Amino acid sequence: MIVSFLNEYGSALITAILTHIKFVVISVSVGFIIAFILGIVLSRLPKLSSIVIPILSVFQTIPGLVFIGVLFLYTGIQDLTVIIALSIYAIFPILKNTYVGLITVDKTLIEAARGCGMNKFQILIRVELPLASAAIVSGIRMSTIYTVSWAVLAAMIGLGGLGEFIYRGIDTNDTALIVGGAIPAALLALAFGFIIDKIQDKLTPRGLKRE
Amino acid sequence: MALQNLIEHIQLVLISFVFTGIVGLILGIVGYNFKKVRGIILMIVDVLQTIPVLALLGIIMIFFGPTFTTVVIGIVLYSLLPVVRNTIVGLEQIDPAIIEAATGMGMGKFQRLVKVEFPLAFPVIFTGLKIAVVTSIGIGVFGAVVGGGGLGSTINTAIRIQDGSVLFQATLALVIMSLVFDFVMTLVERRLDYNRK
Amino acid sequence: MIEFKHVKKAYQDNVVIEDLSLTINDGEFICIIGPSGCGKTTTLKMINRLNKINDGEILIDGENINNIEVNKLRQGIGYVIQQIGLFPNMTVAQNISVVPNLLKWGKEKIERRVKELLKLINMPYDEYAHKYPRELSGGQQQRIGVLRALAANPPIILMDEPFGALDPITRDILQDELKSIHKQLKKTIVFVTHDMDEAVKMADRIIFMESGNILQFATPEELLNKPASPIIKEFLGKISYSHNANDLTCADVMRTKVFTVNRKRKTLECINMMNQRDIGSVIVVDDDDKFMGIVTIETIKEKGVPGALIEEILDRDVKTVLINHNAKDAFDEFYDSKLDYLTVLNRNKTVAGIITKTSMAKALASLVWGENNDS
Repeated sequence: MIVSFLNEYGSALITAILTHIKFVVISVSVGFIIAFILGIVLSRLPKLSSIVIPILSVFQTIPGLVFIGVLFLYTGIQDLTVIIALSIYAIFPILKNTYVGLITVDKTLIEAARGCGMNKFQILIRVELPLASAAIVSGIRMSTIYTVSWAVLAAMIGLGGLGEFIYRGIDTNDTALIVGGAIPAALLALAFGFIIDKIQDKLTPRGLKRE
Repeated sequence: MALQNLIEHIQLVLISFVFTGIVGLILGIVGYNFKKVRGIILMIVDVLQTIPVLALLGIIMIFFGPTFTTVVIGIVLYSLLPVVRNTIVGLEQIDPAIIEAATGMGMGKFQRLVKVEFPLAFPVIFTGLKIAVVTSIGIGVFGAVVGGGGLGSTINTAIRIQDGSVLFQATLALVIMSLVFDFVMTLVERRLDYNRK
Repeated sequence: MIEFKHVKKAYQDNVVIEDLSLTINDGEFICIIGPSGCGKTTTLKMINRLNKINDGEILIDGENINNIEVNKLRQGIGYVIQQIGLFPNMTVAQNISVVPNLLKWGKEKIERRVKELLKLINMPYDEYAHKYPRELSGGQQQRIGVLRALAANPPIILMDEPFGALDPITRDILQDELKSIHKQLKKTIVFVTHDMDEAVKMADRIIFMESGNILQFATPEELLNKPASPIIKEFLGKISYSHNANDLTCADVMRTKVFTVNRKRKTLECINMMNQRDIGSVIVVDDDDKFMGIVTIETIKEKGVPGALIEEILDRDVKTVLINHNAKDAFDEFYDSKLDYLTVLNRNKTVAGIITKTSMAKALASLVWGENNDS
């Protein structure tokens, strides 16, 4: 069965996986750059962030489907629609984790750093960001896994990816198509999670690892 | 926006919540008491949450068809992680001295769980439940694709017929629903926390 | 030389230091001591500008510190804090080299310096340089904290209760080490503490502060023999001024920091609290803080039921003494009771303190050998 499925859909499946990966990688990268910068800026501006962070949390409750839907109404069927929607969605977890990671850095360490004569930029680079890195990476992990999930929706507006298999399978009640799309999608999400865990493990200095 | 879809969505969330609570607690308590299976349980619920929602729903649909049940099962599987994890964490962090004292008073394992451990862990568990509920509202949107109805249907239709205002209303309904659940449960959470101190 | 000239410090409208002037000479070991809230830490942090002053000026070697670029200033002053504050993401060697790195020393020079410093405190380079702070004990961590301050060879070191969080034995060892480092390196050290024993042991001169003012600035001997104010006398402890053992009252031999619980606490909660503090029994008080009785961990285990209140099982029939009671009588009574301590009450029945074997022995020892006691 698997052989015949691959014979029939093999190349389409590979294209779908690559499209899916493209959506995820581009969106998470764009989301990360925006979120990382915003997170640092917000962590310096407690007053502003006491307003912005709750608003962002509300935005985060909006399902990705809606983002794609709304953008679709304005920008029509094109890759950019999906990438913009997914990037926006990828921003939230990374932004929140960057912000929380930075503001929860032990204040005595910052005072120690100031006492050593570091300027604000040096404190950020040498103390705060390394200490927040675990939180930031776990934000990236969350965003990536969400994005794999939401990228399935790209198919809804006809832009391919693994969602195409799933949607078509559901519509035509074709079990093979559903499974053929669902399993690679699941594996893709797990693989992304695994790779990020490994990277995090490599990057974390021994002094910050738990047990 | 069809009111019926809104009601359906709330039904989805509430019914799933009940099952998530029951299954999550059982798995959590099992994981807490049997250290050998804890790793496996946590890994499975973690994997379940990693799988894209639509993929998960698609696979469940193969067995249960395009029904309400399919969506509920999907939501439950997807939102188990916070409940299981928080149950284990909540139970783990109880001071061993308290457990020793309870044992010293002659409580059996089950009595201790019901009278001492569970009440002490409950605030943490409740936080897990809150996360699960708010997640499930978002997951419910996918229900429409596999025939489960809910606000997902409204949104899908709105996108198909390019009706911005209905799309907006449905989104607003979802956001408000999340906020209300979050708000109410946060209030309860604070009370629980206050009691503990 | 560090000079304060008419320094004023206020947080909003709250003036903590009104007019402070003092001079610290090169190579001196100065301890600043006083009751909490007296402004000692505030004063210390003014020197490296972690606290801005509102008026007056602070000069280091004749130069106003406000005219020195703030990070340059701090790179030239060592700083050690109670919470240690080693960067957990950096190894021991990296922590020590923070300031040399900021000063852009060469790699080899930094490594040589790290080796030299670790030698100073007998922590072998090969064994410790590449460890992370959390792999060290508290005492070792603070040794590295001191080295980090010394790394760039600054003439001045500021220390804010550096040994306050360490256990007494480790504290003693680190005090000795710091003293020997001071002797070898001739740094100017400004050291904040609330422990009079520590100040007397370490300081060349002691600054005693209260409410933002200097009450006395003198050598330890002078401070002990001629305390300039009753507040200092009190701080030194009444014991050394009571010459006859028969004059001692319970107030002289008791420990004042006592842990009490309200009668409405649940039994399990109490077990938890006792466990955290490593004590076997607690004093129970009513809603007006008046003494009710004592509960031991054994009683709770015996009689406690989940959810029960502590007042339901407490032992009300406990011997207590009044604060102005003669210490000798209290002592006899204490030895008759099976408890580990004797509760001392004020006239209004609130808890004043407890007499333990240790507090009693300490009081007597200082009477016999004339040592000062800070409890």
